[in-house]
Order: sequence, then structure tokens, then C-alpha cells
Amino acid sequence: MKVLTALLSFALLTSAALAQNPSKLPSATVQTLEGKKVDTRTLNNDGKPMIINFWATWCAPCKKELNAIAEKYAQWQKETGVKLVAVSIDDARSMNRVKPYVNGQDWDYEVYLDPNGDLKRALNVNNVPHTFLVNGKGEIVWQHNNYEPGDENELYRKVLELVGRK
Amino acid sequence: MQRLTFLRHVAACVVAAGAFAPVHAQNDGGSLHGNFSTDAQYYLEDSIIGAVMPPQRFAANAWTNLIYTNKNFEAGIRLESYEPPLAGYPAGQPYKGTGVGYRYIKYTMADLEVTFGNFFDQFGQGMAFRSYEERYLGVDNAMDGFRVRYKPYHGIYLKGLMGQQRFGFDNGFTKGVGIVRGADVEINLAELMDTSWTSASNLIIGGSFVSKYQADNSSQLVLPENVGTWAARLHYTSPKWDLYTEYAYKINDPNNRNGFIYKPGQAMLVNATYSVKGFGASLGAHSFDNMFYQSDRTSPSAFDLNINFLPPLTKQHTYNLPATLYPYATQPNGEVSGQGELFYKWRKGTKLGGKYGTKLAVNYSVAYALDTTQLGAADDTTRRLGYTSRIFVPSDRMYFSDLNIELRKRVSETWELALTYLNLVYDIDIIQGKPGKAKVYGDMFILEGLHNFTDRTSLRFEVQHLSTKQDQGNWATALAELTFSPHWFLAGMVQYNYVGNEDLEAKGQDPLAYPLGSVGYIRGGNRFQVNYGRQRAGIFCVGGVCRQVPASNGLSLSITSTF
Repeated sequence: MKVLTALLSFALLTSAALAQNPSKLPSATVQTLEGKKVDTRTLNNDGKPMIINFWATWCAPCKKELNAIAEKYAQWQKETGVKLVAVSIDDARSMNRVKPYVNGQDWDYEVYLDPNGDLKRALNVNNVPHTFLVNGKGEIVWQHNNYEPGDENELYRKVLELVGRK
Repeated sequence: MQRLTFLRHVAACVVAAGAFAPVHAQNDGGSLHGNFSTDAQYYLEDSIIGAVMPPQRFAANAWTNLIYTNKNFEAGIRLESYEPPLAGYPAGQPYKGTGVGYRYIKYTMADLEVTFGNFFDQFGQGMAFRSYEERYLGVDNAMDGFRVRYKPYHGIYLKGLMGQQRFGFDNGFTKGVGIVRGADVEINLAELMDTSWTSASNLIIGGSFVSKYQADNSSQLVLPENVGTWAARLHYTSPKWDLYTEYAYKINDPNNRNGFIYKPGQAMLVNATYSVKGFGASLGAHSFDNMFYQSDRTSPSAFDLNINFLPPLTKQHTYNLPATLYPYATQPNGEVSGQGELFYKWRKGTKLGGKYGTKLAVNYSVAYALDTTQLGAADDTTRRLGYTSRIFVPSDRMYFSDLNIELRKRVSETWELALTYLNLVYDIDIIQGKPGKAKVYGDMFILEGLHNFTDRTSLRFEVQHLSTKQDQGNWATALAELTFSPHWFLAGMVQYNYVGNEDLEAKGQDPLAYPLGSVGYIRGGNRFQVNYGRQRAGIFCVGGVCRQVPASNGLSLSITSTF
């Protein structure tokens, strides 16, 4: 009975969710590597697409994904103006390692720290890597939870669709 | 009674959703999002590996979150189900039944934010206060109360909160007896003063005070009912440099973990990094002395009701053997530790970089016991003061050391290789609480390869070997993972435990094999994975908190979904 009630209320609520418009980025506070606080609702890329990628220094597939994209990032930016925002969910244990790691990898991403998972929870991320694609109006139009070599090509196809080039 | 409470929660939730409906219809705002995840297992008997066999045979942990937002208003609820939970889950106080694990409402008005119900937060890096969840470990010390965050001026952040902490789960979350209150101030100079100096550098200072209340219910001791902890922190950053330090001091707090001594506690961490494109280095040190801080002084376990978080200063490994056999866990009662790390990239076109570049990572961490001198056993009052010690002064007992070197290189258009060497010293007696067991000395070699057949199809493999004469002896692991981007993967892993120790061999222990197969399917925000086979006993850690996972045999299923 308890489970049934839970499921019913869940179904009721999800059906409401399915009827809604594309969603905007939620409001949560993240930090830059310089310690400045940023409200995630203000993240934008001047009307061009933006990739939001959740990762951690202890997550092997996450690092593979960001390294794979790093090799193509300059070309992606040139062709579509896309920006990648890498949100690290490293907590107090490893957040101090993020800046030297990011520089050591020679990445050019915009990196934020989400040490207590505020943005992770607000976007309902279960585990990393988890990638969201945001269009020029700030709406989340696509997401993917996992990384397999080649997934970056799928992601880029979606970016090209957004800028009207296929 | 529990059931009624649960129904009341659900009813409230449904009514609330109904109440939002007209709002949803009236304006452009209002959205509802959430996620779902489950880990389920059907257990099979397997006495050879000593597999667990719960009486119910089938177990599942399941969670679903819902968040409703409308302009400056937000409400959220999480339902959880453990009928029963997976074997060995959670780490501390048991979870059972189905119900509400978390619910809150929050609104923001200009620079003021108010949260009612459950919330997670941390002050600085958490040495005085951190409430957080690690669902896969079963660690959740969510606050239940209220929190106010206020920004009176650019760069000045104030926080105040109070409530009780989540303890266990019995058809709904249950709470610990203690009350936790805290306040935090943070001043961010770059935001406060818009000068040219702060455009490149920044200085952030912060301070907090946390206090817990629990009635003195002892007939033998006079216990402090209010126990305060204060902390201060400083963070300097520039494009190349980063320096972070935090110090916390706790007044005397006799409790289960420290043997009811009346000694104050201290904790300090310092971390410095230097990095430029292609090079990063960091150096850090921690020391903790009598810093368990739980909202119930008689908490039965070290996993529950922690008010603070003491991060371990060791690398969190990603390969299976180093990550799950001998991971380190912070020793809040007394520890001195240090870590140094270096990342370097030889760019393409350089002698060592070759055509595609080469990456190097070197990491060394070490942890020692704190040097302590016990106070006289002659009279009880002195004995109750515990011991004398000085922060950052280690004894000669090494708890842990880990030296690891990783070299990663793309060798051709379709091949990438990584080689790792790791040397480990592990005080299993202290870290895993296995008194009398000999310290483990081990060496590991790991080779990882990735081959891309096409743009979408690739094969990844790992070969790992641990050699040690202690504990369970040698382990070898082989893993192959075939991926078909963006939807499918197939993986097979076999772990082999064979002894390199004459004593164990003399006892006639046969080598043991643990084969495991997995299939996964991913579509957008949905992910499904099925595993079949043997899983060895291991330690599963996230952020320095570890849970022992028993050996098992069977079929398991994981689903995660975000909507």
C-alpha cells in the first residue's frame, strides 16, 4: 500500500512534468577556481550553445571525455562558438587538486567547483559523467549520462544542429 | 504509526503539487524535474567465496527526487525504498521500508534565501560543519530545520542554520537526538573591492561557529551539554598560485569515539598549488587531534551524525584494485598527513611528447599517528583529560603511504596506453579496524589500453596486478570493455586471488576466480546496467568515507534516470 501510494504520487507528479516547456538552468551557487561565487542562472554564452559537463578528478570516464573533447575543442569553438563549462563535483578531499589538474591537462574549459553538490542536486544528476547541452536561449535541450569513446561526436552533432549546420 | 506519518507526507506532497497546478497554468514559470535511481540484486548461494545470502534473496535500494521551481520558490522531496536494502548497506544505522527521506521548501528574495526542512551545506571545507549525502555509501547527515543565507553587500556572505541531523531510515528518515546550530561569515575581497589587484588575485577569509546541544544523561560524569567549535579559513588565489588553510578548535567533548575524555580537539589543513598550462603541482598537510564531532555523543557508529567532515589527504584511485582493496580513511582521533602531487604534459611535437603528447602524474601521500602521551592513570580526574599532544607532531607509527606514478600516451591515431605503478603501505589494523593483522606492503602495476576501431566502436582493457605477502596475498585483474557509442556497452572482468604467501599456501587455500559480466544501455538521461557473476568483498569509498561491501554472487541491475 505504501509503495503503491508512493508510485501513484510519483506518476501524478511526473505526468505534470512531462507537459512542461524546455527548462532553464536552475539557480545554484558554484565557485570559480579563483573562489568567486557564481549563480548558475547567470551562466551563458552570448546566444550560442553551451555544454555543461559534470566531472570529478576521481572519475576515469569523465577525464577521458574531457580529454577527448580537448583535442577537438579549438575546432568546435571556431566552427560553432560553443563553450564547455566543466563542473567539478570534487569535495573537500580533492577540490584543491582541481586547479593543478585542469592546468596540468592543458584544458581551456570554463571550470567551476560544486563541492557540496548544490548544482548537481538542482539538475538531478545521479552520477558522473553527465552532460547537458544548453541552447542560445539558455534552455536545456539534450542530456547524456555516461561516456563511451565516440560520444563526443554525438554531442557535437547536437551542437551543429543547434547552430543550424548539419 | 510510521505508516500514518508516511501517508501524511505523501498526502501533503500531492496536495502541494495540486496547489502548484493553477500557478503553473497562470504564468510562464513553474517546472518540475527529478531523477530516479535503483540498485537491485538477486543473490545466489556461493560458499566458496563466502557470498552473503540474505533471507529475502532479492534486495533493492531505490530513490526518486522531485524538485518543483517557480520563479523564486522551490520545493523538493525525495522518496526512498529499502525492501530490504542491499547486503552491507548502509554503513551505519540501518535503513528499512519506504518513505520520505528528504523534503524542503526554499525561497529567494533579492539577497536573502530561506530554506525550511532538509538541507545540505558546508562551512569552508567542512572541518566545523558539513551536511552531505553519498547515496551509494548510505551516508546522509542532512539537516532538518531551517537555514538563512544573506548577502548584505557585494562579497559578504552570511549563513545561519539550526536543526537536527538525519540518523537512519525507518519508513521515513529518523533523526538524531542532538541539536546543531551554526553561523558562518565569508568575505570575498575580489567581490568587495573592485580593484585592479583583485582582477588577477583574490583573498577570501571566513569564520564560523557551530554548537551542538545534547542533554547530560549520565549518572557518573558531568558532561558538557553545549559543545562549541569555531573555525577560521583563508584562501588566496592568483592565476598561478592557490593557497588554502583552515583551522578548527572544538571544546572538550567526551564521547564514545574518544573514550569520554575531556580534552579539546583541533584540526588544521594547509594546501598550496602552483600551476600553469601543461604543469600543475600541489603540496598539502593535515593534522587532526580528537576531532570526532557528532551530534549524539553516544552514536553507535562513526558513520552517523557527524557534524564536521575531515577530508583524507590521499589520492582517490580510479582503478579497481587500488580503489577497493586498501583505500585510506581519515583517523579523526589523531593523524598527521601530507601529500605532494605533480602533473606534467609534454606537448605534441616535443621529444617526449611525440606526435600526440604524453602526460605524467606523480602522487605521494603519507599518514602517521599523532604523537600522544597518556595522562596518569593514578587519579580519575587526570586520566579523564586523556593525553597531551601537539598538532602536526607525528609518532613513528605510519598508518598509510602511497606512491603512484602514471604515464599516459596516445601512441597512434587509434591507440592510447596508460601505465601505472603504485607502492602501498597500509595499516589494516587501524584503517579497517582489524586488530592484530599485519601491516600490508604491496606493489601494483596497471596497464590500460584503448583502441578505437571506428568513430563509434572501441575496446578498452585493463590488466592490474597487486603483489603482497600479507592479508589475502596477490590479486590479478583483467577487464575488457567493448563500447558502441552512444548506446551500448559490454564488459567482462575477472579477478584472481592467488597467494604469494607461504603461510597461506600451507593452509591449502586455493586460488579463487571472480568472473563478472556486464551489459549496459544508455539513452539520453537514462542508463541501464545488468551484471552477472561474482563480486569480491571490497571497500567502497567516496570522499574518504568507506563502506565494506560483502562478497556476493548473483544478478544485479542498476538504473539511473534524470528528467
